[in-house]
Amino acid sequence: MDPGIRVQELNAWFGGTQALHDIGLEIPSRQVTAIIGPSGCGKSTFVRCLNRMHETLPNATVKGKVTISGLDIYGKGVSPVTVRRRIGMVFQKPNPFPTMSIYDNVAAGLKLNGFSNRRQLDEVVQRSLEGAALWDEVKDIMKKKSGASLSGGQQQRLCIARALAIEPEIMLMDEPASALDPISTSKIEDLIFQLKQQFTIVIVTHNMQQAARVADLTGFFLMGKLIELDKTEKMFTNPSDKRTEDYITGRFG
Amino acid sequence: MHNISFRRRFVNFLGIGAIVGATLVVLMPLFLIMGTVIYRGIGSITWAFFTRIPQPVGETGGGMANAIVGTAMIMGVAALIGIPLGVGSGIYLAEYGRNASGNIVRFTADVLNGIPSIVIGITVYALVVLIQHHFSLLAGGIALGIMMIPTVCRTTEEVLLMVPQSVREAALGLGIPQWRTTLSVVVPSAASGIITSIMLACARVAGETAPLLFTAFGNQFWNLKLNQPTAALPLQIFAYAISPYEEWHRMAWAGALVLILSIMATVILVRFATSRGMLKGAH
Repeated sequence: MDPGIRVQELNAWFGGTQALHDIGLEIPSRQVTAIIGPSGCGKSTFVRCLNRMHETLPNATVKGKVTISGLDIYGKGVSPVTVRRRIGMVFQKPNPFPTMSIYDNVAAGLKLNGFSNRRQLDEVVQRSLEGAALWDEVKDIMKKKSGASLSGGQQQRLCIARALAIEPEIMLMDEPASALDPISTSKIEDLIFQLKQQFTIVIVTHNMQQAARVADLTGFFLMGKLIELDKTEKMFTNPSDKRTEDYITGRFG
Repeated sequence: MHNISFRRRFVNFLGIGAIVGATLVVLMPLFLIMGTVIYRGIGSITWAFFTRIPQPVGETGGGMANAIVGTAMIMGVAALIGIPLGVGSGIYLAEYGRNASGNIVRFTADVLNGIPSIVIGITVYALVVLIQHHFSLLAGGIALGIMMIPTVCRTTEEVLLMVPQSVREAALGLGIPQWRTTLSVVVPSAASGIITSIMLACARVAGETAPLLFTAFGNQFWNLKLNQPTAALPLQIFAYAISPYEEWHRMAWAGALVLILSIMATVILVRFATSRGMLKGAH
């Protein structure tokens, strides 16, 4: 089984404005693929098409084919809810559930889908918090304190733990460190490095150094089009496209 | 230098003076009402006022126990109608109502909000009282319940829209269905706001008299039955205030005082509970 992602002729719109043009690419499993590009180039829209979150926005539409482990997620009769259960997502700004304790935040994906075995929940919560390198910091307070009481970096790791708890095959990260300080950022990056043992990771980033540090592959988006996708090393040293080189060397964007 | 500084201080003084003055003018009616009601009503507040029913003209003593209980029961019925329909339609508008049918609901709620309360009373009279052949507690509750719906609906919509979109996205991204997201994530995040809106609506309709005139009708005796005419504080105040008897006027003031204080007490209690976070995270 190959939990990679294959994207074919993917187009996306916001009302009458086309945000993605004919994207086609393959994302290999258990590697980190970074998506870079200037603001407004469609990189967030792209990852949001991979778990059918794009269509939750008003007037947003998608056309094309995205295959995950052989399943065409835009196929007939495929429910977006089941797709999202297989794909974890971490957003730009940490967004823990404000009314829930730390524990409940992590357990939410399971609890709200009707899973209620306490002992197993305890196990999943511990495993997920350990996976997100947050367990030691919160194990004594996780049932009393709300998720919102943590620091920004801790909140983002809580959001990662929350996504890990649903045991996804793929992790999508939409600029997960852009709202964080350098120390928290490096913790998240270390985490990404460990998580790729188990997951296919797609990370959108504004920060090219970050892409160079964490990603095996890097894709460059410009004005809704994929310019190129290649090994990170090659992208940053010897890109095939002139526009990639211009962007990476800071000539625009 | 000294001149400019003096001028600035003077203008500052004028500005603050104007703001404080405006505040006092706004607060004045409230203090006048409270002051008058307390001054006139406090003397007739006795133990009997809360435990006895009205006495016939000429006999001293008696109270409004039946009207106090009647208002509580009418409000109970009104809440049973107004809260589920109001909160339900508010949730619909905020989470699913960004379309034509949502706009129709929104418009209807706004129109309903503008309908004079006596019109609601007379409509309930035609639709409930005439069919039941009875003025009744139930009819009074229905009339007040209908009046609660638009207020609760629109304020619920507003507080739900204040819940950040990122919270909804977080839940949807975990593969939680939208209805679950709404009920278990979005609504709890706005719980204190929704409860405040319910309290405001209750406080508003609890003092309504006109819709009760042809529905609950009023009663000089005890009634705890849904299908019988029932005393209510505003009705009793109205009946006593237009009577020619000095004793009854004093009772009307006392009734007004009890009505205002019980509304204030409820609002303060709920404010206190929600600010302490007792109701937060209730999911």
